[in-house]
Amino acid sequence: MGNEVIDKGRRRILAITTGVGAVGVGFAAAPFVMSMMPSARAKAAGAPVEVDISKIEPGQMLTVEWRGKPVWVLHRTPEMLASLDTLADKIADPNSEASEQPGYVDPKTRGMNPEVIVLVGICTHLGCSPVKKLKPGAGEGMDADWKGGFYCPCHGSRFDLAGRVFKNMPAPTNLPVPPHSISDSGVLIVGVDPKEGVA
Amino acid sequence: MMKKIIVIGLLACAPALAIAAGGADVHLDTVRIDLDDKVSLQRGARAFVNYCLSCHSAAYMRYNRMGRDLGLTDEQVKENLLFAGDKVGDLMKTVMTPDNGKRWFGTAPPDLTLVTRSRGAEWFYTYMRGFYLDEKSPSGWNNTVFENVAMPHVLHEWQGSRRVSKVTTDEHTGEKHYDFEWVRKGTMTPDEYDDEIRALTNFMVYLGEPAKLVRGKIGGYVLLFLALFLVLAYLLKKEYWKDIH
Amino acid sequence: MQKLLEWVDARFPLIKAWNEHLAEYYAPKNFNFWYYFGSLALLVLVLQIVTGIFLTMHYKPDTALAFASVEYIMRDVPWGWLIRYMHSTGASAFFIVVYLHMFRALLYGSYRGPRELVWIIGVIIFVALMAEAFMGYLLPWGNMSYWGAQVIINLFDAIPGVGPSLSEWIRGDFVVSDATLNRFFAFHVIAVPLVLVALVFLHIVALHKVGSNNPDGIEIKENKGPDGIPVDGIPFHPYYTVKDIVGVTVFLIVFAAIMFFAPEMGGWFLEHDNFTPANVLQTPSEIVPLWYFTPYYSILRANTVAFLGLDAKVWGVIFMGLSIMVFFFLPWLDRSPVKSIRYRGWMYKSALAVFVVCFFVLGWLGTQPAVGKNVVMAQIGTVVYFLFFLLMPFYTKLDKTKPVPGRVTSK
Repeated sequence: MGNEVIDKGRRRILAITTGVGAVGVGFAAAPFVMSMMPSARAKAAGAPVEVDISKIEPGQMLTVEWRGKPVWVLHRTPEMLASLDTLADKIADPNSEASEQPGYVDPKTRGMNPEVIVLVGICTHLGCSPVKKLKPGAGEGMDADWKGGFYCPCHGSRFDLAGRVFKNMPAPTNLPVPPHSISDSGVLIVGVDPKEGVA
Repeated sequence: MMKKIIVIGLLACAPALAIAAGGADVHLDTVRIDLDDKVSLQRGARAFVNYCLSCHSAAYMRYNRMGRDLGLTDEQVKENLLFAGDKVGDLMKTVMTPDNGKRWFGTAPPDLTLVTRSRGAEWFYTYMRGFYLDEKSPSGWNNTVFENVAMPHVLHEWQGSRRVSKVTTDEHTGEKHYDFEWVRKGTMTPDEYDDEIRALTNFMVYLGEPAKLVRGKIGGYVLLFLALFLVLAYLLKKEYWKDIH
Repeated sequence: MQKLLEWVDARFPLIKAWNEHLAEYYAPKNFNFWYYFGSLALLVLVLQIVTGIFLTMHYKPDTALAFASVEYIMRDVPWGWLIRYMHSTGASAFFIVVYLHMFRALLYGSYRGPRELVWIIGVIIFVALMAEAFMGYLLPWGNMSYWGAQVIINLFDAIPGVGPSLSEWIRGDFVVSDATLNRFFAFHVIAVPLVLVALVFLHIVALHKVGSNNPDGIEIKENKGPDGIPVDGIPFHPYYTVKDIVGVTVFLIVFAAIMFFAPEMGGWFLEHDNFTPANVLQTPSEIVPLWYFTPYYSILRANTVAFLGLDAKVWGVIFMGLSIMVFFFLPWLDRSPVKSIRYRGWMYKSALAVFVVCFFVLGWLGTQPAVGKNVVMAQIGTVVYFLFFLLMPFYTKLDKTKPVPGRVTSK
């Protein structure tokens, strides 16, 4: 009888001490885990990038670096935009429902205004950077019915001029559109949402 | 041979060392450091950026970190404290190259991020208030705690310029005491100037160790937790040791 | 769970190890305050290894980058300042704990037979720890780091004949340089820690073979009950685990108080001159090693005369080496019939007291300029330090001891 009482008290204090000790170990571990997050230097290097895009001619593409990744800025011609409609049934995710893009871009053309599209130039398959094959037809080593787009040299994924991946390609989703905003004077800021600020 | 070179080198440095050590026989004034005083820190930051940063760097510190710690937004930092062309995430580097510094002052102005950690806040506070005119010094200025200092008195418009009229040495402590006469009054009264330098010193202490803003607070919670745990651990030990006679 | 345990135990001596070293390791029941420092030393070792691993993720062993990378840890790395202060405070804490642990051995004769090997392995750990601390101190590449390493490595110059080439070999250069920093980094983060962990393992294995000493200096294994268990022994787990948790918590309170409120400890744990990057043209006005080396630094500087054809510097190095080596012989220098200070006479008690005072005085002198009467004091201190050991066979034998009880006493 007496033994049982002692054991109960012992079990209680053991449980409480173990519990509080575990909380302490958890708090002690937190700084170590957090020290592996991107440092202030990494964040400064990954700060939003500003670039003047008013000088990009229709049909021309500019590549800027943001967070160590290539970001493409393509000024599309009316013909380029028209080609997007003709491809709808060949595209895996034509309305970018499963793909990464901010809510404020048009789901189909994937631009804030139709002409200018901003894409992270990293294949969603295994992280290679696709090459640009902007000219339609067989001229750049593509098929005769090629309408212009991007081609990943690593595993052959093809993307159209909105960065949408064709059906039956290794890449699972469309090329991501990064958070960005464009001022009235034509300055593009990559990494900043128009409403929410720095992403 | 190598050893001889080192010894000769050290001997050659000896006078420089005496200077660098900066007169241990001078009294250092105490300064009240209060890192919770955000207004004082901001005032010190402005003085530092406007007057020190053109020659001295604080190259281990980022502008946006400083802004955040001092309660300023990135926009405020950009408008008030940033050189044109710098980004808020940049390190606080100076525009002057070390080579130019050497050419202009005879020695490259050192980085100041850690000056209050290596020399102490009191030294810095006394040094910034210790300039006087001296024709014998190459820069035209001398300092009570840093003999033949290479740096001219950047804040002389605030403090005014003065000359030593008399130096007395305390017989017991060996400390030197300086008396001054004004050559030209400054735009600030001595009290105002001391207060401005206190703000600057306050900021320099922060700059030397930004973690100082939080470590005391975190330490308080940690100690509270450990005290609670000690009670529990002691009760647990007592419970088990009931068995031992 | 039970099944898994059985599966493992059929392939690995898990329960056997648990029983041998914890649940059925019988420790004397009269451990006092001085017996906390063994487990605390183990705790600090783990702390230094863990914090060290995380510092290594951000530190750059390159003379152009090292100093800035430490400030990067202090500012840019999330919580980096905390991890760095844990490591710098931990270094000093390690020596405090180890010195007290060694002092316990002197108090209660823990180095005496059958624990000679436990003691010898322990002294090797102490030497490895000094090497670890010395090389780690170079890594921040502050001005004191640089000149401290310069001065200590130049000691090897004193060895006749091979000296100069030996110190060049250690540095990999004619002065302390990038090559030195890089190799010290390799030793500090991997080579010496591996050795330390292995030695600590051996230290515990050797201890558990012979069993722990206690404040009475009685062998509890000589008095076993009918069940074969020492009558004065209690299982290490749970009794000493719960007791050590109390000790650990008190230690952590002191540790946290220093780390959060005075990480520099007024220049004793982090020196002011080390907040200036290494400057090859300017020695700090006073080269002072960190406090845990100062007693030995004093012995190093104490000798000022040349004799037997060797100059004063060489003798300084020899004396410093001997002052540590002499610990190895302690088990055979002590001729007393009793182990614990509780049953020794006034001679050993006074000798130990004088030794401790002398150790502190030498430590303090190591922080002061070696001029005037400081030199004389260091010389006297050095002589006393060695006399404690060299006269030990005589005074321990002559000393009048008290009878040792058959069972351990509590208090």
